[in-house]
Amino acid sequence: MITSIKSVELTQPNAGRPDRVWRLLRGHTGVLFGLVLIAVMVGAALLAPWLFTGEVTTMDPINRLKAPSGDYWFGTDMYGRDLYTRTVYGARISLVVGLCVMGLSLTIGLFIGLLSGYLRLLDAVIMRIMDGLMAIPGILLAIAMIALAGASLTTVVLAITIPEIPRVVRLVRSVVLTIREEPYVEAALTSGTRLPKMLLRHILPNTVAPLIVQGTYVCASAIITEALLSFLGAGIPPETPTWGNIMAEGRALFQVSPWVIFFPGIFLALTVLAINILGDGLRDTLDPRIARRM
Amino acid sequence: MLGFVSRRLLATIPVMAVVAVFVFLLLHLSPGDPATVIAGDYASPEDIARIRAKLGLDQPIHVQFLTWIERLATGDLGISIFSNLPVATLIGQRLEPTLALALVTLTLAILIAVPLGTLAAWKAGSWIDRFVMGFAVLGFSVPVFVLGYALIWLMAIKLAWFPVQGYAPLAEGFWPFLHRLVLPSATLSVIYIALIARITRASVLEVLSEDYVRTARAKGLNERLVLLRHALANAAVPIVTVIGIGFSLLIGGVVVTESVYNIPGLGRLTVDAVLRRDYPVIQGIILVFSAAYVLVNLLVDLLYTVFDPRIHY
Repeated sequence: MITSIKSVELTQPNAGRPDRVWRLLRGHTGVLFGLVLIAVMVGAALLAPWLFTGEVTTMDPINRLKAPSGDYWFGTDMYGRDLYTRTVYGARISLVVGLCVMGLSLTIGLFIGLLSGYLRLLDAVIMRIMDGLMAIPGILLAIAMIALAGASLTTVVLAITIPEIPRVVRLVRSVVLTIREEPYVEAALTSGTRLPKMLLRHILPNTVAPLIVQGTYVCASAIITEALLSFLGAGIPPETPTWGNIMAEGRALFQVSPWVIFFPGIFLALTVLAINILGDGLRDTLDPRIARRM
Repeated sequence: MLGFVSRRLLATIPVMAVVAVFVFLLLHLSPGDPATVIAGDYASPEDIARIRAKLGLDQPIHVQFLTWIERLATGDLGISIFSNLPVATLIGQRLEPTLALALVTLTLAILIAVPLGTLAAWKAGSWIDRFVMGFAVLGFSVPVFVLGYALIWLMAIKLAWFPVQGYAPLAEGFWPFLHRLVLPSATLSVIYIALIARITRASVLEVLSEDYVRTARAKGLNERLVLLRHALANAAVPIVTVIGIGFSLLIGGVVVTESVYNIPGLGRLTVDAVLRRDYPVIQGIILVFSAAYVLVNLLVDLLYTVFDPRIHY
């Protein structure tokens, strides 16, 4: 009986699903809020030159450290640069880093996780390596890698990605270990399905929902880590306006001009909040099993 | 039990071995010649040669690894390139502020999060529950350094209740020590509170639907005792687990918080070492923090038997 229900689902994997997802998302005010906020941030990043911004690097020493006003919506920094302009442009780096880290760590983690979950021999070795990697605090590992490889967008993305991989591997592996005991997988096995097809056709689809949810959390934490690395002076070079870099420059004069730190800080927190809320909503919708546990 | 402890101790060896290999390889996997990278952009060929000889980088890689492991086994973490002091000494000097910050944060987080999470589960669906869950999402989203500056601005600059930055060693008296730790610990504990409160709520909620809780209530047991003796006692294992897993959050947070509050601990040592490319120091700190993470999680495993007598090893 159970097998027959499963097979129906498998033959029509998408029947009515987009509609159902949309209905559930609409019923979830938090998700809508998150989506709108993310849309605003993405819009700001893409349309930055047309949003009443000036030049990112124009210095105007006479107007340095001006408090927020009609002329300078977010005030100016210690070189007289317009903070509104710099903050809006800062959204670009954060979002690019978030998306790249998410894509990379999900892809690599999925590949390793599938192999590890399905090949017992590899599993022991891979999981020991993952345990070791997880024991190293992610931020320290990222800082050390950037210190050695030199700071650029590529190295920052790689350095944030590597510590995220073990968590994705564990997630994928746990899904594979459950699914491989299912009757339909056994059936496929006895009917002579080869390993690559088995993984792609029967195992992979089951990892999609948890991976989407995990992806939002990876994205949020990557954006925080990027800002943090810039803030500590170990991230993307200071010439580029990132939220972390703007805040790092505001540190010394924080008592005189707190707005230099506050505006990029608020943008950073709101973006991460939006992504986290979206993730929670997606988790409730796509993955009720985890939802019940949280 | 003794057998379990020794088996569990043995199991930490492969993990630490993988950590050691990673930390060692980090230097060699980076593009370019390690000695040139460490020496920086303005180094003369003599400087580079000196660093290469000092770190033993002129030897074959397997010899380098074996010498390094041999020294590690005797507690020798190497010599700092910048200050010429043993890395172990440098770490020892910076240990107190970091330990103090971590312990106060941990205590604060548990004392706040466990009652909050229990309350949220007990009154599930109420405004308290929604407040706790909202706080949890917010706590995950506001980065430690943003929160740190917000707290400094409000509590130290506007209200002047606390000093803006800095650290007072325990030797200078307990109250000044604690007074300066309040803001940093409050900052750092928020994300930990979010994590622990969420798990506490989830696991207490699960226990509250069990038959034995209904029985306890039916026989007229005081609600406080139901929560403490039945719900919380049975929810302890996941809570302790998440405290162990979240320890890596705490370590990452320590590095940032110390930078925001100007605390001369291991986190500041890390940032300084990175800016100076003082590689032996970076290696040493990563090893020490990773070992701490492994040990805390070992302790958590051992605590399972205390919190849940059903677990036998």
